[in-house]
Amino acid sequence: MAPVKLYPPKPDKVYFYGTCLVDIFFPQAGLDAIRLLEREGIEVIFPDDQTCCGQPAYTSGYQTEAREVARSQLGLFEQDWPIIVPSGSCGGMMHTHYPQLFAGTKDEALAKAVAGRVFELTEFLVHVCRLKLEDRGEPEKVAMHTSCSARREMGLAETGPMLLSKLGQVELMEQERAAECCGFGGTFAVRHPEISAAMVEDKTQAIEATGAKRFVTSDCGCLMNIGGRFEHQEKTLTGEHIASYLWRRSS
Amino acid sequence: MSARDAIFKRLRERTDGPLTPPACDFSVVTNRGWSRTERLERFERLITSVHGEVIHAPSGDWTRRLVEVLAAKSIKRLALGREHPIAVEAREALKAADVELVDVDRDIETWQREQFERVDAGLTSTSGGIAETGSLWLWPTPDEPRLISLVPPIHIAVLDAESIEDTFFDVIEAHGWAQGMPTNALLISGPSKTADIEQTLAYGVHGPRELVVLLRHAAAQETSA
Amino acid sequence: MSMQDDAVQTFTPRDFHRQAHDALGNPQIRANFRKAMDGLMTKRHDSFGDWDLETLRELGANIRMRALAKLPELLEQLEANCQANGIQVHWAEDGEEACRIIRELCEARGAKAVIKGKSMVSEEMHLNEHLEAAGIEALESDLGEYLVQLNQQTPSHIIMPAIHLNTDEISDILHDKTGTERTRDVDYMTAAARSQLRERFMAADVGISGVNFAVAETGTLCLVENEGNGRMTTAVPPMHIAVTGIEKVVEHLRDVPPLYALLSRSATGQHVTTYFNMISGPRKAQEHDGPQAVHLVLVDNGRSRIYQDDELLDTLRCIRCGACMNHCPVYTRVGGHTYGTTYPGPIGSILMPHMLGLEDTKDLPSASSLCGACGEVCPVKIPIPDLLVRLRREAVGEGRGNVPGAGVKRNKKEVAAWKSFQWLATHPGAWRSGTAMAGKLNMLMPSKLGSWTDHRTAPKPAKTTLHALIKRHRKQRSDV
Repeated sequence: MAPVKLYPPKPDKVYFYGTCLVDIFFPQAGLDAIRLLEREGIEVIFPDDQTCCGQPAYTSGYQTEAREVARSQLGLFEQDWPIIVPSGSCGGMMHTHYPQLFAGTKDEALAKAVAGRVFELTEFLVHVCRLKLEDRGEPEKVAMHTSCSARREMGLAETGPMLLSKLGQVELMEQERAAECCGFGGTFAVRHPEISAAMVEDKTQAIEATGAKRFVTSDCGCLMNIGGRFEHQEKTLTGEHIASYLWRRSS
Repeated sequence: MSARDAIFKRLRERTDGPLTPPACDFSVVTNRGWSRTERLERFERLITSVHGEVIHAPSGDWTRRLVEVLAAKSIKRLALGREHPIAVEAREALKAADVELVDVDRDIETWQREQFERVDAGLTSTSGGIAETGSLWLWPTPDEPRLISLVPPIHIAVLDAESIEDTFFDVIEAHGWAQGMPTNALLISGPSKTADIEQTLAYGVHGPRELVVLLRHAAAQETSA
Repeated sequence: MSMQDDAVQTFTPRDFHRQAHDALGNPQIRANFRKAMDGLMTKRHDSFGDWDLETLRELGANIRMRALAKLPELLEQLEANCQANGIQVHWAEDGEEACRIIRELCEARGAKAVIKGKSMVSEEMHLNEHLEAAGIEALESDLGEYLVQLNQQTPSHIIMPAIHLNTDEISDILHDKTGTERTRDVDYMTAAARSQLRERFMAADVGISGVNFAVAETGTLCLVENEGNGRMTTAVPPMHIAVTGIEKVVEHLRDVPPLYALLSRSATGQHVTTYFNMISGPRKAQEHDGPQAVHLVLVDNGRSRIYQDDELLDTLRCIRCGACMNHCPVYTRVGGHTYGTTYPGPIGSILMPHMLGLEDTKDLPSASSLCGACGEVCPVKIPIPDLLVRLRREAVGEGRGNVPGAGVKRNKKEVAAWKSFQWLATHPGAWRSGTAMAGKLNMLMPSKLGSWTDHRTAPKPAKTTLHALIKRHRKQRSDV
């Protein structure tokens, strides 16, 4: 459970950490997140040398490799600006696990400092930007899947739904077992594919049962998993990163 | 080296060194500050929620309710103590009733099958109640041995309203349990039950299928309660 | 799969994948667990309604940590106080030694029939088989355990052993093994089991139980239950043997109420269980019932090894409530038997590797999406997801080597893959051109990705990476 966090006033500048999944598979979500931040009058700095937070190696037990990758990211954020991550999973890695990963090493203080400045995107939009949205889209029913990392590791079960509630034409549909994992879990989906498949099957059924035509999520791992399942079944229900959804409806 | 010595050696020579015990703040399990009425209400609500039956009785006249309960439940053979005031009063009141009184101050070996098969109910005193969980607490004695509250199909427990305290923690502290425990101390909260068959509740799986609490109110509080 | 096949099936953690495959394909198992876990999650949630749960969990964690911090002293105190109360104390390095001690205690009394209360430690050491081999009948008396034993199975859940069976299956078992009528009447079945087991309680020479909390300051053994079979087991037969792990000790009597409050609510969503049974000695001279002799067998079986390591130590805080399995999306789908271990689910995946070694249990720590539900509900705040990751490290030889079989999962191919990942992710130029290339050639991800694409479409790298999009975006902004 994340401890109570004190939020800073809205800054002039932030760093944007795109994450590897966004970089490779969902770049538009990253760009839309940047546009949302820029529209709030914030200058967004995207360190070009960013790659991956190291989480895949970390959760697979490859601590040495994870630490080296993480170390290469620690130096990207020299100024004391918030670091915005459009993913609870990567955000959780940096916020919670970087300090553990570097405990007792020469980079411990730096890791703690970086971790303390990491904010998940929806968290930052709600608690720091106090985002207001003007909904320009058609009336729509939408379901939301909050990733387990956002929900539990970062304690952010509410920020995604809060943002959606600011869209006047959008009805957020309640789904059964909303807090249950979609079955992605990074390398879990590869090591235990059948269990993962059973989990995503249940998740897609729960989302479909809401009657929503679209689902949004704040994590691209879940998006790839749930969306990939819908697509495989040739369902019309599609998924979108919440940043793109918010930008699309309010721009 | 004995198993004991080997285990202790490993525990004492811990690789990562000695540990620091953290402080414990117990305020979350005490200081409820309930009034007498809240305590009673809560006790009754919770024990009845787990299928316990509460029958209120004035302290001076509680045996009349006992007689009614025995009649209503067709209890013909009642096991009870001899020395506790509750047993004394019950025995006196049941002299004329059509109920056979079964003595329990006998070694169980001499009457085990009788206890298992031919006793309709056991009557016991209680040392107190716990409002937070709707529990009775009992310290069985030679006069009221532990199996009386377990083996017969109905357990009738007599509880004084003023002996209900707020929490289990409060009971342990107030009565100095740590200074000396009896052979057996019990909390009882409702009749025996199981949900082992597909989560369906069933009562009386091994212990009593019914728990009747005769809740005695002292005369002074009676009208207000 | 018919029940008869089920009954003879044996499970081992080595076959986790195959067993998971079978369970996932068994609609009955899936439905039974889903229904039960949904109910348990709701009940737990409701039962903590008016509590300051976080403060209570903090207290629970601290009480358990304090007990572990003083473990050797408390065990000595427990032993001394139990002995002063007339309880004889025995120590066992492992399950085999504990079995031998218990068998010898039974043999010394000429015992032929043992009745058992629920004890997961006795499952852990396969006590029943050991006693049967010595000609001593060991009969389970907890209704769920009794059903599972009749069906020649092992428990699929640590609190609700027969949770994998539905009413019809149970009716069949009771009919086939004890001759009762086939029925869906739960009261009838319960009453039948009651009368069958009452005879056995009376006939038993020895009662064997577990212990939920062993209180050092008073030499008291606490048992938590609903059925009354625990009280029967510990009060009816002439001898009672309690068997438990060395970590179950708590320092003070006042430590018990918070742990009990957490245990009953976390396990079954009850604000209290029917019975809380505190035993502080055998029958005294003037008393009329209770066992003439009480023994306490304290079992190590790997616990003192877990104790050595500051991080792994948290595993020993466990009070065996089962909430982690009730809330685990993996356990809910594959059921308890799939794990092939005494303790299934998340707690089993962080505990069993210490008892059985990582050679046999290497698939368990990875059988979690790290969703965190287990850690969130744990009443004593065991960081289960972190411990799963720690055991994954141990399995690939990246830990401290404090788990038997450490490094067993390390293989050259996987090490090379992660080294390549490391190289790419620490060379930003190569990363940028590599990922850009992947999008253009769509080469990083083949359209078939093994089992991922059996159920989902393959993720397609975008034509343009975020790096490239941002370059364009910056240019547009500076042009305006």
